[in-house]
Amino acid sequence: MSYQIVVCGSIVPDPLQTLEPVSGPTGPSLKNEMMLPSVLDPWAWHALFEAAHLAKNVAGSKVYLVSVAPKAKLQQVMMTVGQKAPFELIVVDGPSSGFTDAAEIAPLLAEAIKGIPGLDMSKLLVFGGWESASRGAGSTMQIVGELLGITNQFQGVDKLTVGADGSFEILERIEGGKHQVSKCAGAPVVLGWATGSLPEPPNNPQIGMQNMRAIMPALQKAKPAKVATDAVKYASVALPKQQRQTKIVKDLPADEIAKEIVAWING
Amino acid sequence: METVLLLTHADAGKPALEALAAAIPLKRDGGTLVVGLFGADVQPFANEIAGCGATKFLAVTGAEFTQARYASDAAAAEALVKASQATIVVVPATSRMNRIVSGVAHRCGGRADTHVTGMANGNITRWYYRQRMESQQSRTQRPWFIAIDPGCHAPYSGAAGTAATTPVSVSLPTITTQVTGVKAPESSQQTIRPDAKLLFVAGAGWTKKQPDGQAHVPEAAELIMGFLNATKASLGSSKSLVDLSGEGQAVLPFMSHLNQVGQTGSTPRHPKGLSTCCHGEEPHAVGWRFIGERRAINLDANCGWARGKADVLYVADAFEVMRKVNQLLGAR
Repeated sequence: MSYQIVVCGSIVPDPLQTLEPVSGPTGPSLKNEMMLPSVLDPWAWHALFEAAHLAKNVAGSKVYLVSVAPKAKLQQVMMTVGQKAPFELIVVDGPSSGFTDAAEIAPLLAEAIKGIPGLDMSKLLVFGGWESASRGAGSTMQIVGELLGITNQFQGVDKLTVGADGSFEILERIEGGKHQVSKCAGAPVVLGWATGSLPEPPNNPQIGMQNMRAIMPALQKAKPAKVATDAVKYASVALPKQQRQTKIVKDLPADEIAKEIVAWING
Repeated sequence: METVLLLTHADAGKPALEALAAAIPLKRDGGTLVVGLFGADVQPFANEIAGCGATKFLAVTGAEFTQARYASDAAAAEALVKASQATIVVVPATSRMNRIVSGVAHRCGGRADTHVTGMANGNITRWYYRQRMESQQSRTQRPWFIAIDPGCHAPYSGAAGTAATTPVSVSLPTITTQVTGVKAPESSQQTIRPDAKLLFVAGAGWTKKQPDGQAHVPEAAELIMGFLNATKASLGSSKSLVDLSGEGQAVLPFMSHLNQVGQTGSTPRHPKGLSTCCHGEEPHAVGWRFIGERRAINLDANCGWARGKADVLYVADAFEVMRKVNQLLGAR
């Protein structure tokens, strides 16, 4: 059994950047959004590692990365991502803003997946992040699954184990730092990954060169997508006003600090 | 006039009571409240909230709905929404409801907003970009699904009674997933306590070389566990600390990715938080958005916590301070 593993993932601003919302005619966006350095969404990033790991261990499997994002920004991000794991990129030139409704993005992803040549639902594993670092809704993957007719869906996944019979054991995050364990007969499935259990793979220039041969044509042929922006009416988007007046305590003996902390805990 | 549906699995507990309390005011101006429950046995919870003012208690019951599984849960929720003809569907954001809410909204021709932290004047409040900006927003499309994050609303506390439930039938798809159990993290001790009054966050500094030139990971583990046992605090971690395990470095044995706060980790809600050996960089500190009082212990007086992110920063050696703290707590 081999798999067609499709990873859905967009780009988000580098987490170290300062973000500021601005209002425009089509709703809120980020100030200087196109100038901000971007990264692949961190949960999609984990999903990609897990997909590559699975494909490496199941002969004949292939990984696709399907992304709805501004293609110029995506091209920059692919310079890094392309060196991590072998995949075929499929691009829809559209917004990556957190303020775009998940219900507008999901059909674009589903259509892109349906358009994969030779798509075989019995081999299809749809991976993605269980939420994003932009919208953080956890909605997109569910709707993609619905549009593809997949009712075996799992969210907050940290581990996927393929059994000898082709079945899957899946660990999903639930309350209280625990995992729910499920057994699923097999593909097709939708897996919204949490952090998974794999470290970030090292850069591999050979994989990078191999990927880039296909990435550039994929970016060039990306079709622009029309996305409605009126589904959500934003009354306000603002930065939190929670700057605290930090009291910095220096040169106080550990005994005294400990007393203060214990009194604070018990207070 | 809205028809408001509280939609939940019947064993959701407090988050369901919070969602109910948030749902009740939405039926203003002559609207109606309906309760839709699914699970093996919904009657005990229906009775608990019998006095909530709902005009109907719809129920999907049966052994198939015991398991928290997308196929059966989504089918049950879809049937309840359609039977209620709800225009607004309020759900508690438990892991079970989060798994299905957007998929069910799609099936019902609606839209969903998740991780909602408040509702007022027809708007919901939710956060974007990892709790970095807060939005007040609304939708005109119906049904509008609203998933209320736990801990954001006072729970419903009305009188119990006997609720007359109306069964709703469900057409189930072929079920090929079975939930086989629940697994605690590899660590033998439960360190994540969502209801704890205090969040204790450990950073990678606990595993670094100390003034004597050696790392003291076993002592760090002992100090942290001693503190957690004495205070019943919940344990959080910086990303750098949990990532160390993947890089083959010495790590705290009870720490896993589930403990991570901020970035790709959680955004827990606790009245107080104490950070140790962690620099308080912005990507980590966004996970502290819903922590009330914040204190930090760090050797660097210019760390992120000093820049308006903590109420008090103690510039000190966390090993030394926590040793003394544990002594005091032990002497309590």
